[in-house]
Amino acid sequence: MHVVLSISAKRLALGLATLLAISLIVFFSVELLPGDLAEAVLGQGATPEAVAALRHELGLDRPAAVRYMAWVLDLLHGDLGRSLATGRSVAELVADRLGNTVVLALAAAAIAMPLGVGLGILSTVYRGRAFDRVASTASLAGISFPEFFTAYMLVAIFSVKLGWLPAVALVGTGESWLQRLVVLTLPALTLALAVVAYVLRMTRAAIVGVMAAPYIEMAQLKGISPVSIVIRHALPNALSPIINVVILNLAYLVVGVVVVEVVFVYPGLGQLLVDSVSKRDIPVVQACCIIFAATYVLLNLLADVLSVLSNPRLKRPRQQV
Amino acid sequence: MQDHCGINRRGLLLGASALGLASSLPLRASAQTPRKGGTLRIGMADFSTSETLDPTLMDSQFQQNLHWQLRNNLIEVGPGGVLIPELAESWEGSKDAKTWTFRLRKGVTFHNGKPFTADDVIYSFNLHLKEGSKSQARPLLAQVESMKADGPEVVVFELKDANVGFPAITSAVGLYIVPNGETDFDKGIGTGGYILEHFQPGVRSVVRRNPNYWKAGRAHFDTVEMICMKDATARANALLTGQIDAYNSVDAKTVSLLQRGNAIRINRVKSKAHFAFPMMVNQAPFTSNDVRLAMKLAIDREDIVKRVLSGFGSVGNDHPLSPAYQMYSADIPQRAYDPDKAKFHLKKAGASDLRVQLHVSDTPFTGATDAAVLYKAHAAKAGITIDVVKEPEDGYWSSVWSKKPFCATRWSGRVNEDVIFSLVYSADGIKAGWNETRLNDDRVNRLVADARREFDTEKRRALYGELQRIVHDDGGSNIFAFSDFIDAVSNKVTHGELSGEYMLDGSRAAERWWFA
Repeated sequence: MHVVLSISAKRLALGLATLLAISLIVFFSVELLPGDLAEAVLGQGATPEAVAALRHELGLDRPAAVRYMAWVLDLLHGDLGRSLATGRSVAELVADRLGNTVVLALAAAAIAMPLGVGLGILSTVYRGRAFDRVASTASLAGISFPEFFTAYMLVAIFSVKLGWLPAVALVGTGESWLQRLVVLTLPALTLALAVVAYVLRMTRAAIVGVMAAPYIEMAQLKGISPVSIVIRHALPNALSPIINVVILNLAYLVVGVVVVEVVFVYPGLGQLLVDSVSKRDIPVVQACCIIFAATYVLLNLLADVLSVLSNPRLKRPRQQV
Repeated sequence: MQDHCGINRRGLLLGASALGLASSLPLRASAQTPRKGGTLRIGMADFSTSETLDPTLMDSQFQQNLHWQLRNNLIEVGPGGVLIPELAESWEGSKDAKTWTFRLRKGVTFHNGKPFTADDVIYSFNLHLKEGSKSQARPLLAQVESMKADGPEVVVFELKDANVGFPAITSAVGLYIVPNGETDFDKGIGTGGYILEHFQPGVRSVVRRNPNYWKAGRAHFDTVEMICMKDATARANALLTGQIDAYNSVDAKTVSLLQRGNAIRINRVKSKAHFAFPMMVNQAPFTSNDVRLAMKLAIDREDIVKRVLSGFGSVGNDHPLSPAYQMYSADIPQRAYDPDKAKFHLKKAGASDLRVQLHVSDTPFTGATDAAVLYKAHAAKAGITIDVVKEPEDGYWSSVWSKKPFCATRWSGRVNEDVIFSLVYSADGIKAGWNETRLNDDRVNRLVADARREFDTEKRRALYGELQRIVHDDGGSNIFAFSDFIDAVSNKVTHGELSGEYMLDGSRAAERWWFA
């Protein structure tokens, strides 16, 4: 077990350094973009006088390095700061939307992951047969359609034509959990369709890879049923890549869903990030990027830990002789 | 649909309103008696997560609508550009049009119970006027020398120079009345028809009816909810499936599809908003008026209105007034696409193989890039080479517009002729940073000042006619189209005559509409 702990500790420390580096890169990238918040907020009315007044009010007339250090110091005190544009607390601004994003990601994962892994296993069992080919083609089609297209098709069928589900996912109006699930169905389904294919194909490839091993041949010669071979003998040895693809896709569901948020009018973190970049609202951009980066770091760590746990050889490294 | 025959009545009202007589005239005609109740849900296209309710920061249609749900101005602009007394009961100018006295409405209270008085007006205007203010309304108020209260019910504005059009300026976006001393604007305290319940920038706002609203026959809904919807298809779907009751910025291409059923009505209103490719008259090659004329003759306006605006607009005539303005001059002949005449002017300027760069992005208006590419094709027939430079959407207003000698621009309407000419085409406009063509013509500067001094409507009409002619003939702005505002509304919603100042009935749908 101590192997897992030491990996985790090392990776967490490395993760923190990564986050710091990312915050530095993000901050100065936003600085490099033309214009600043004062100009962006004032838009066409950005007269030199108004811009100067707003810059001074927000402290944007200080050098970039000074502002970055101030931000880091606040962060070390657990303070994400205030949005430059609205003066609202970034923590508050982000918390609601992060909650929405996570709920949507989990809903999509709850559909996509069991479906992907299950279909992947079935495809290996029936590999080369009609089921395998249909599943493979259908899931490829799912990847190939851009998300907004899938989304519009689903809305056209289930909302506009049939009237079963709402066309836009309005949340935060004091709805019950059941209502929220109904509202989330279409966006979650859209995301799930985009992800299922990856999981299916990776699961299938990983298991098929193991199926070539001599011990599987041995099992076949012993007369074990194909289903049992795949599930009891092949799957455990193919777990590591499957876990990796599941978790990487989970990370994608958290950080890569801006298009779906826009199409379904869902107030998630992605939309907040895009808006904040276009307004050069650095504290909000920083907070969103740190959250996204932390999601990747933590989920990758989780994937590694699970891989180790699923592989006895990694769990007990060979002693040096 | 907007009433196009309103010009005479509008003229009468505007003239009358300068003397504060408008209060005795009917507000508007409506077919039915409004019914109270219900929740109006509006899908808003134009919003940002960076919004606040600070009156000095004006950003989007969303903000404008929310402000006018919560707050009032001194004067309201009704359908057809009529000035309606709002928190000011009446107003009167001195003979030299330099002193303006506003008599305020009695018995009005803010949402927090505080009575409305002259101090609130002075505080609200000072937010924009004071030294170091970041307000975009500041240039509008630069003419104010001093303001003072004369008792709790009278405010007197002293102007630096005469301005007959000053009362109209108090109706502008941003000049909302907040309580004296207010600093936490996001509480949304105002005197308006609705009280703020919830405001999450970039997501939604909810307001409920103000039971003590002072304005009779307005604010009929129990609650009004605005939902931020960036995607035009999402807005259309939400209306089709009954999740919202109205939305703005309808994609012109989808209008015929939306009209297929009979549950949805399309509100199309002629507006003052226009699109242009301004040329800086102080930068080569646009220093030559022959080159500018050639550029104006080398654009096929009809083609752009048809293809880029899908027909939902009308051609512009290289000056900023549309028939929606009282002082629009119909006498100036419409400039048409004429490559041969353009060639003639180029030859005269000695620039027969003219090559220019046109800097565009879709930030000023959707389809600006398409319009520029069409223009390139039109101009090629006149021997002009236009290189279309696609600029980033981000930071367009700060690094391209009014910086590059030739770019794309958009102007929403201004409250009166004076504001648009003085802000965008005069020497003062250069100082304030709004004059995108850098036109600095003594005749223009003098005419703007003269028109401000002239109480007589017909004489003012002559002065503004001359201004339109000068900008049309010698200006740098290639104003090729005026756009229509298109809103889509559920048939359950009813309203009177619509205003063309902004989308959604002049951004006052919440106050003016009701459920049938």
